Amino acid sequence: MLEVEGLTTHYGPVRAIDDVSLAVPAGGIVAVLGANGAGKTSLLRTISGLVRATGGRIVFDGETITQQPAEDLVRRGLAYVPEGGGVIGELTVAENLRLGALWRRDREERSRTLDEVVAIFPRLAERSSMHASTLSGGERQMLSIGRALMGRPRLLLLDEPSLGLAPIVVEQIMRVIGELRRERGLTVLLVEQNARSALSVADQGVVLNVGHVVAQGDANELAGDEQLRRAYLGMA
Amino acid sequence: MRLARLLDRTLVRNLLLTAAIAVVLLFVSLAITPFNNLRLASIAYYFTALAGLTVLTGLNGQISLGHGALMAVGAYTVAILVGRDGWALVPALVAATVVTAAIGSVLGVVAARLRGPYLAGATLAFAVGLPGLADRYPHAFGGENGLIIPPPQPPAGLGSAFPLERWEAWIACATALIAFLALSNLQRSRVGRAMRAVRDDEVAAQLAGLDVARTQVTAFIVSAACAGLGGGALAVVTQLAAPGAFTLVLSLSLLTGIVLGGLGSLPGALWGAIALVMLPSWSDDIANSFSLSTDVQSNLPLALYGVVLMGVIVAAPEGIQGAVRRLGRRLRPRSSMSHEEAA
Amino acid sequence: MSRFVDLTLNGISNGMIYAAVALSLVLIWRATRIINFAQGGMLMITTFIASSVIESSGSYWLGFAVALVTGLALGAVVERVLVRHVEGGPPLNAVIATLGLLVLLQAVAGMIWGGTPRSFPPAFSIRGYEVSGRHVLFGPFDTFTVLAVLGAAGLLALLFRATGVGLQMRAAAFDPLAARLQGVRVARMYTVGWALAALSGSLAGLLVAPSVFVGPNTFDAILVFAFTAAVLGGLDSPVGAVVGGLVLGLSLSYVSGYAGSSLVTLAALGILIAVLMVRPEGLFSSARRRRI
Repeated sequence: MLEVEGLTTHYGPVRAIDDVSLAVPAGGIVAVLGANGAGKTSLLRTISGLVRATGGRIVFDGETITQQPAEDLVRRGLAYVPEGGGVIGELTVAENLRLGALWRRDREERSRTLDEVVAIFPRLAERSSMHASTLSGGERQMLSIGRALMGRPRLLLLDEPSLGLAPIVVEQIMRVIGELRRERGLTVLLVEQNARSALSVADQGVVLNVGHVVAQGDANELAGDEQLRRAYLGMA
Repeated sequence: MRLARLLDRTLVRNLLLTAAIAVVLLFVSLAITPFNNLRLASIAYYFTALAGLTVLTGLNGQISLGHGALMAVGAYTVAILVGRDGWALVPALVAATVVTAAIGSVLGVVAARLRGPYLAGATLAFAVGLPGLADRYPHAFGGENGLIIPPPQPPAGLGSAFPLERWEAWIACATALIAFLALSNLQRSRVGRAMRAVRDDEVAAQLAGLDVARTQVTAFIVSAACAGLGGGALAVVTQLAAPGAFTLVLSLSLLTGIVLGGLGSLPGALWGAIALVMLPSWSDDIANSFSLSTDVQSNLPLALYGVVLMGVIVAAPEGIQGAVRRLGRRLRPRSSMSHEEAA
Repeated sequence: MSRFVDLTLNGISNGMIYAAVALSLVLIWRATRIINFAQGGMLMITTFIASSVIESSGSYWLGFAVALVTGLALGAVVERVLVRHVEGGPPLNAVIATLGLLVLLQAVAGMIWGGTPRSFPPAFSIRGYEVSGRHVLFGPFDTFTVLAVLGAAGLLALLFRATGVGLQMRAAAFDPLAARLQGVRVARMYTVGWALAALSGSLAGLLVAPSVFVGPNTFDAILVFAFTAAVLGGLDSPVGAVVGGLVLGLSLSYVSGYAGSSLVTLAALGILIAVLMVRPEGLFSSARRRRI
């Protein structure tokens, strides 16, 4: 589904990611791990089209999408949930959800998708007319995933979905991610500092350090690798 | 002790430079025709106003659309004192400077609390509103027709054939030189450095112990004084102070002048002044050679100002002087990183 | 007493016009965080165009329609060609760029239509209604003014609250990055925002035209009034623009009546300064008080 080859991104003179390559098979879940500043967010920002790569290629479902901007990629089925959610506080929950699907023409399809999303996150229906800024951290994360799903994406990029959330909420979100993969074949690229919960739901893992890939492989193997965990993932 | 000597050096250097320029101007003025002396005079009084404005905007970061109105204050002060009350020229010009500086201090206190577009909007309101006083109090300010100033007579010692225009040029150039000397010293002084610091990063400046508001007000007062002095010189040269000469267009022309010359640069203020005086006559020539209508001809300079403002700010935000500086930098190889890379 | 009533009615009518221009300033500020100093010049051009169309075709409504349409187009063109380059940069650049446009537009108007003021025929009578034997300072054209501006404001509100495009525009204004991630073509939304703002401005120009002789400098003061009204109401708030316009219109009407019409602009300056010193975020702003 997604292939990244030798991807490099600069912020000014600083190289945020350097020659990163990874592959996410269709229906697979890949976790990108590493300490703060390792380049994980930069990687997602580049893939999602918010930031232009300075080198390398991104191939999505067979098509090269390297220099395309974010708003076009959304229409191709690539949804990015940034760190913190990317929820617009001044709009209501309903408006945020609606925004996620507005680029689609078919009104009936939009309404059907809304029903599906609400079924996954019933809390959103309860809070429907409230301003998004009044939501709790967990609810905001649900809203941000929900509105990403409103576009019926084939690939979901998630940036630190567990950040600042209580463990029970994190568990719920990871469960939802697993379900989405099982029931809809959704492909997920997941960035996390919380390596343990990420590797528990992922098939494969990629570890970044200072913009380079330092380890890659099966999630269980990575989780079991003591040395790796202590060196790059903290005491996860 | 060492510090005093250092300051002394800057002052001496600037004095020598000013004196040198004065000598050059003297010879130029003696060599050119009366008509060109009038142009020289115009360039001089525009320079006085522009120099103050470019220091305000370039050095201190505050934008003002009201300096045309401040020039009006200076002009009307001279007109009233010389034309109506019979004052001598020099005291009247001093008074014009002081009065305008006083009004500038009031404006400055308000301006110190405003930023960016808010400051622009408030000074715009000042520029559009002040001419209304001339209508409201026609007895004092002569209404639409304004006040007339009798031409300044050259002193007898220069001979009876000495052209009025040359004398006016000398007066205007004197004001310009005073402004140049004062502002050159300001730029290098502690106050000038404080102004730059506030422009670049207000929070940091405040944390470093600078009184931000006082710096802003000082900059406004200085620039207002220059505008008043320039306006006074304008009144003397054109022998008239009328509301029609001080519309919003004047303020916007001044803005064009400093943008064109490069914000914060005194040599740039000279470029700007030259442009403001020469552009109308160049565009007249163009209009004549293409036999354009009078409507087009009279509006051509204004159209050019608009294009300059938009073009310069989009393509070369540092103006002509900045472009010259950049060229100079490129010709001299440097090993250190550029400013942007270091950020 | 009757003078007071006259001044009040006149203030309401003028206030609606200021509100319409203030509304366009607010729309642009919300979308792109820029004060469009050229707004007065833009609406002047569309009004001049309307004047020419009316003169040559004899139809007021045709001129009216043409003014609105050219307003839309002018707003879109200005955003794409000029404003795009200064969006998101230092605020000083946007100020200078829009001022440059103002100067150019004034010059162009002078070139095409000359400096002599023109008259502009109103669609409805400007003669005041007759109330108990005398004519008040409020006639059919003033009724039209009030209804037109309220109608336009209402339509805009409907657009923003109830349509998809409106939602996308609001999203682009609040959080352009998040909006992009939801497929919103942010740049296009900015263009639409500027076009709508210019439309509102054109309407104001058409409504003010009959009462002033239409010359290139008459519109300088309008910008001052609109800016004051917008700041008074809160630059973020369209409702504030309408209320601010009304309050300003009334205040200036009283000043004009009791202190002299040439002091009106200075009075606006006074109100502007007072608001900026005391409550800079305006009456209706939802933004937290921030140091301007």
